[in-house]
Amino acid sequence: MKEVIKHVACPYCGACCDDLEITVEDDKIIEVKNACIIGTEIYHHASREGRVGSPRRRQPDGTYKDITYDEAIDFTAKMLIKAKKPLIYGFGSTNCEGMAAAGRVAEDAGAVLDNCASICHGSSFLAIFDTGYPSCTLGEVKNRADVVIYWGSNPAHAHPRHMSRYGIFPRGYFTGKGARGRKVIVVDPRYTDTARCADHFLQVAQGHDYDLFDAFRMVMHGYAADLPDVVAGIPKEKILEVCDVIKAGRYVHIFFGMGLCHSDGRNHNVDIAINLVRDINEFTKCTIMAMRGHYNIAGPGIVWAWQFGFPYCIDLTKGSHAHMNPGETSSVDLANRGEIDAFINIGTDAGAHFPIRSFEKIGGAGIPMVTIDPSVNMAATVSDVHIPVAIVGVETGGICYRMDNVPIQYRAVIKPFNGILTDEELFDKIYERMQELKMAGIESDGSWEYAAPLADVRPVKEAYE
Amino acid sequence: MTVLYLNMVTQRAVEEGEAMESGKTTQKYFDVCSLVEMNADDLKALGINQNTNVKVTSECGEVIVKAIIARQTCPPGLCHIRQGVWANQVVPPRTQSTGEPQYSGFPVSIEPAPEARIVPAVELIQKACNKWNGQLLWPM
Repeated sequence: MKEVIKHVACPYCGACCDDLEITVEDDKIIEVKNACIIGTEIYHHASREGRVGSPRRRQPDGTYKDITYDEAIDFTAKMLIKAKKPLIYGFGSTNCEGMAAAGRVAEDAGAVLDNCASICHGSSFLAIFDTGYPSCTLGEVKNRADVVIYWGSNPAHAHPRHMSRYGIFPRGYFTGKGARGRKVIVVDPRYTDTARCADHFLQVAQGHDYDLFDAFRMVMHGYAADLPDVVAGIPKEKILEVCDVIKAGRYVHIFFGMGLCHSDGRNHNVDIAINLVRDINEFTKCTIMAMRGHYNIAGPGIVWAWQFGFPYCIDLTKGSHAHMNPGETSSVDLANRGEIDAFINIGTDAGAHFPIRSFEKIGGAGIPMVTIDPSVNMAATVSDVHIPVAIVGVETGGICYRMDNVPIQYRAVIKPFNGILTDEELFDKIYERMQELKMAGIESDGSWEYAAPLADVRPVKEAYE
Repeated sequence: MTVLYLNMVTQRAVEEGEAMESGKTTQKYFDVCSLVEMNADDLKALGINQNTNVKVTSECGEVIVKAIIARQTCPPGLCHIRQGVWANQVVPPRTQSTGEPQYSGFPVSIEPAPEARIVPAVELIQKACNKWNGQLLWPM
């Protein structure tokens, strides 16, 4: 019998749209309403043929053999106990319950615990530590903001319903005219699909966002006359025009994305963006928000800050205290230096999304590797063990934090495929097995094959000469 | 052979996001991610038409992808590979001590390679990790 489940939250991007309507029949997803093209695909993927229904172990010839959950859990628990510096990385696509359970395992194993923010908004965290975070909720943007700036972010592609739900088009309490009452400013080196919705598009020279922020700050501080004729590819007149729009706004909001965090300067680009917000607040109300990528990538920042005091790059190997130092304890840097001797990839795909020169030092270093993911991803194709789990928001519920750090209750619409475990159940079982193995006398004795010495990363200087 | 030196960015595209959720071993993912998007003038300077394979080389690697005119316009001098397996063959792993690799804003050279083969995702990953056994276990 067909059943329509309403108010379902979507497990794709940080906008966490919670108005989906899913039609289910015989535990299969028939129809998805209100979701964007990517969200729709996630739900249909869950009911498609070819899902992995059981843990699998890689054979010497490269093929995979089904194993039981007990065998997969035993392998993972033993690996974590024996390794001296295992890395547990991912968590973009799981719920907070799973993250908390993984935190307990990581602490017991003396592992490094890191999430996808490490290669995404990690540098925003660094800037926020330094400068503060004058932010708000998405509801406030919808109901109050009449000047919206998208800087180095492309929601038309990365958060497809963000503009219609919060940023540009919705009619809110004080924004009854919707898009007609809002001024939209887009700053990007490419003329993106988001830029097509803008009243003012600033085509900044790639990698020169800091210069442009600096120019905006000069104007806000009253030094407009000292601006050069062109800054970061933008004519002075255009900068002054946009600054007038900002000053005339009743409520200005800046959304910033990977254009700042992935370019030269990293955290300093975000740092100066936050300082610009402070300057604008001398004239009118202004807030700022990071365009977080995954639906629950804000979650580990909340859960682990509560558990360990730090949001990401958490080194628990010392056993006595947690330690965070991006550049040293961040996943890509650990991989680059070949410092880890076991790897768990959960709810993400380091294989596809790490630079290959980093990933090959994990996948090709002869260290044991486990991938925990509902689907076959790139990391799974080189892992020793692949453990499928239930898809959050489709087959299991839980708490997820939206990009503005508002918790959203997710819900299951169908039963887990083939009775597979959730992330939380899996990590709890791994923890229990670790206790059993330790009781039986298994300890970290260095008997695993440790990482081989690495070929040097070519020095940057040499590469440019 | 003409070689062009450009600035590269790698970011998300909705086509990539949808294909990724269908599965990274699928033909769909291969088709939408193994592309380099360029300005029409840059393609002209390379002396090639759209849909010609090119070799993209950075300080740390190279990859064969198909050149197209950018759907979201790139200015001359800037090119874009959608984030994912092919982009990350050339993304430098240096992080400026923040943990974040140089996904955007790194120099590449691009040259026509019309006869070269675009390698599927699984083969690229397994070869880099010395785990390639000569066959695609997940047919596209």
